[in-house]
This record gives sequence, C-alpha cells and structure tokens, in this order.
Amino acid sequence: MTVLGASAPIRNRRAPARLPAGPVVAGLAVLLVLVAGASLSLGASGILPWEMFLRPLNPAETAILFSIRLPRLILGALVGAGLAVSGVLMQGLFRNPLADPGLVGVSAGGGLGAVGAIVLGGALPAGIHAVTGMYLAPVFAFAGAGITTLILYRLARLRGHTSVTTMLLAGIVLGALANAFTGILIYLADDRQLRDLTFWGLGSLAGANWVKLAAAAPVLLAGLAVAPLLARGLNAMAMGEPAARHMGVPVERVKRGAIFAVAAMTGAAVAVSGGIGFVGIVAPHVLRLAIGPDHRRLIPASALFGAALLIVADTVARLIVAPAELPIGILMALIGAPVFLWLLLSRRPGTVM
Amino acid sequence: MIEARGIGAVLGGTKILHGVDFTARPGEMTVIVGPNGSGKTTLLRRLTGDLDGPGAVTLDAAPVAAMPPRLLALRRAVLQQAVQVGFPFTLREVVRMGFEAGHSAHAPAVVDMAIAEVGLSAKADHFLHDLSGGEQARGHLARARAQIWQPVTQGRACWLFVDEPVAALDIGHQILVMEVLRRFADTGGGVVAVMHDLNLTAMHADRVVLMSEGRVLADGPPEAVLTDDRLSAAYRSRIRINTAPAQGPWLLPQMAGRG
Repeated sequence: MTVLGASAPIRNRRAPARLPAGPVVAGLAVLLVLVAGASLSLGASGILPWEMFLRPLNPAETAILFSIRLPRLILGALVGAGLAVSGVLMQGLFRNPLADPGLVGVSAGGGLGAVGAIVLGGALPAGIHAVTGMYLAPVFAFAGAGITTLILYRLARLRGHTSVTTMLLAGIVLGALANAFTGILIYLADDRQLRDLTFWGLGSLAGANWVKLAAAAPVLLAGLAVAPLLARGLNAMAMGEPAARHMGVPVERVKRGAIFAVAAMTGAAVAVSGGIGFVGIVAPHVLRLAIGPDHRRLIPASALFGAALLIVADTVARLIVAPAELPIGILMALIGAPVFLWLLLSRRPGTVM
Repeated sequence: MIEARGIGAVLGGTKILHGVDFTARPGEMTVIVGPNGSGKTTLLRRLTGDLDGPGAVTLDAAPVAAMPPRLLALRRAVLQQAVQVGFPFTLREVVRMGFEAGHSAHAPAVVDMAIAEVGLSAKADHFLHDLSGGEQARGHLARARAQIWQPVTQGRACWLFVDEPVAALDIGHQILVMEVLRRFADTGGGVVAVMHDLNLTAMHADRVVLMSEGRVLADGPPEAVLTDDRLSAAYRSRIRINTAPAQGPWLLPQMAGRG
C-alpha cells in the first residue's frame, strides 16, 4: 500500500550518505551525560552540577538531589530507553517503521494490567502479594502488554503476511477494548485507589522514588539486555520470515524474544510512568535516517537517544509551568504526533506497507 | 544430494502435490518446469522447508527439517520470488546479510565479488527499493551467492535453490544469471531451479523435472523430457520442439528478408 499516490521510484540514485554509527553512539552517550547533569541541577532549587563535588551540600539539597531528582532521572532514562527500544523491536517484528507500542494498543494493555493491580490488588490472595510484593503493578502491566502484543501479532498476520492496515486497525481496536476494561476498573475503584490512578494516568515521572525504581529497573534492564541479541535476526526478517530462516535465523525464537522484551519494557514503563507515547516512533525514525536501519547499531543508539529525549522532556515538563508540572505524556505527544505524520506522508513506494 | 520421497502439500484445503519423488545431484542444474499451478513453486517450498507436509526431504541423507537453521544456512541458500525489504537497506547491506549468514564470513571481499557477478557494482550503495524489479532480483541472487559462495566446502557440495530467477530480467541478464548458476553447478555445487522459460531450460539444465497437476510427468535429461508429446500434454497445447542440426549452417526463414 502506498500513501497519497506516491510518485514512481527514483532510479540511479545513491542512498544519502549516512553518519558513521560509532561516533553517533558516542555522541549520544555524551549527550545523555550532559542532559542528565542539566536535569539534576535545574529545578525549583538550583544546584549547579559541579557544586555537588566542590562543596558540601546542605541537608535540604542532599534530600532534593538523592531522594527526588536522582531516582527520577534514572527512572526517566530507563523508561526512555525502554520505550525507544520497544519501538525498534516492534517495528522490526512488523517490518514496519510505523509500529509503536503506544499506537497499537500495547501500552493500553499494559495500562489495563497496572490499573488492575491497583484496583483489584487488595482482593488478591495474600500468597500472590507475598510472591510479587512491590512488583505487583509491573508484573500485571507486563502480562497485559504481553497478551496484547501476542493477540496483535496473531491478528496482523492472519493472512500469512503482516499488513500494516490490519495491524494499525487491530491495534486501535485492542487499545479501545483495553481502555474499556480499564474504565470498568476505574468505575469500581474506591476513593483512595482513584487518587492513585489519577496520578498514574497523567503520564508522569513525578512520583519517582527509589522503591518505584527498584520495582521497574530489573524488568526494563532485562528487556534492554535481550534486545541486542535479536538485532541480526531482525535485520534478516526485514526480508520476511522465510528469507530470514534461509539465512540461518531461528525466526520463532527471535519473535518470542522480541514480544517478551517489548512486553517487559512497555509494561514496566507504563506501570511507573503512565502513558508516554511516541518515544518509540521518534527516536528510531530519526536514527534510521542518520545511521541506517541496521538493528545492531539502531538498538544501542535508540536506547541512548530515547533516554536523553525523555530526560529533556521531563526537565522541560518540570520547568515550563513551575512550580506546577506538565504531564510528560502531553509534551511527547506534541513532539511525536508531527513526526508520525511526516513519516506517514513520506513513505516510499516499494517498501512494505 | 537432495532427496525427497512421497512429498505432499495441501494449501487452503486443496491438495497441491501428490506424493512427489525428487532427487537432485551436486554438479548438476536440476530445473523444475510445468504450467502455472502445476505445483513447481510448492515443490520448491517443500524442498526448502518453507512448507510442511507429508514426506521427508534429506540433504546428504540427513533430514532437512531436523537441521538447525544456522547450519543449514552454511550449506544452502534460497532465492525466493519477489522479496520485499521492509527497511531502507542498501544493496551492499542486503548482500552483506547473506554473506554474514554464510560459509565465507572470513573473506569480506566476497560481498563485492557477489555484487560484481550479477553486474550491479555501480549500484552497490543504492537503496534496494530504488532499484528496478530486475535489478532487485539480481541483488537478491547476489545475496544468495554471498551466502553460498563456494560450491564445495569441506568436501561437501553446497546448494542454491532459486524460484524463477530470470522472470523479471531482460534477455542479456537472463543469460548472465543462467551462466552464474551454470558455473556454480560446473564447479561442483548443486542448483535446483524453478523455471518458466523452456528455451533457457533446454540450454542450461542437466536434468528437467516436468510437473503437471501436482505430479511428476517426466524426469530426466532435457532432450528426453522436453518432447512434443510430453510438453503438449503438460501445457495442454500443441508444442513442437525444434533442434538445430549439429553440423552445417542453418537459418530461420523469419530472419530472411528481400534485399
């Protein structure tokens, strides 16, 4: 499917020059350190980055830095990296640069899980609480995101090939369905649960603390650790599953790995930060233009870029209407929606749609 | 040696193959021909493992279905019809993917040699989806060749499975591609090809498998299989084979005109 009657393919044209991946990854790492430093020092109480090392901080500053800003910074970086890499993996799985967990209902599925944990958590047998402890919401979100990803993958491939039309529409339907169930849960919630849900639903890192970080970090890190192992397989799968199999890729294992990693990262991200969309579209898209579609480079670069992007967005969200805070989800949608539209309208003929 | 016994296939509730026996030997080009819907591509997909069904396929007596994909990729490459690439990879990047999956991964020069072999050196850094259909087909052949560059490794023959490799090509490139496959077979490798063009088949095949309605109608050297009776029966039309005399000049009246 081509969009808007795209013109004939342009022949005899070299691919535009790409930036060397190594320096780009190194540059992104430097960028991440810089924005992290800026994020730590900017805010209602200004502490310059080097002051942390040059002079002893007073107790109030120490509290702000280590109890509020630092866990929030680390959580933001992990969530940003997780969402960006989830986008890369999903796009590779569906052979389509428009796939994004937020867009195709996976985040909504994760949200349903998280809300379910908040609302129904008290009714669960004590044994489950003993096993899951503070991980209850991330585990439920992971299950919700995982089930949604699986259903979506089955639906989009009903006719033997992955169709983007089916995928987007099925994703919208799944998202609507998940949101409807979430609505029922919210209807059932009591006042205290409603307050929790409201803060969570705004899509914000505002409630970040070490406990939340400890709950989400292992899940996000597990997803981030699995992703690079899938890179070669996803490269080959750009030519379809049979071609990838002929090139020695254990296709079923790669697919399972990708679905697991996407569900883990999206689920954990949604559980701690609500619905933050478009990171998974913006970061991979910009990087594919810069360094090309090779997943071996795209995955680490997207992780760094996604982390930096979310830290910048969170810092801006904290500062722009200070002392109040803008939900970061709104900010990402303002950046991401135009990028998505640009991507949709600049699709080339001959690519899989 | 590729051997298949009693190969069946069912697609959408319809039986496509009825107990087909198939053998291909290294050093030969085995060409599967037959009319549309006779089961040529389905047979190839059963041989390459893309499709499951009754009957076992073996490579040197080992069942292909039980071989890990990683090891199988070192012994054989498959060129499907009309492969679409989902992301903006360049030709060189696509060929490199085949190369990295294959048995020549210690010899990086193979990537450029495979691209040169199909006559696409000038377009190595173009996006694959910017190339014409015929160029893309040759590009994917280069990917398969970069994966299986040596016809023989460690004393064992390697294999190329190709589905209509010349369908999108002009006559010059048809000959180029057939010569690439021919050379591979002549140097000890095995080629299994599905073809539509009976002339190119007659020119290059060592063995021809003529399919009709999911069965093998004839199997043997081209001169034994490509006969008037058999082709007429398979293609349901009157077909007459001509051969040029081995000696002496000859001419076609179509080529003559009044001076």
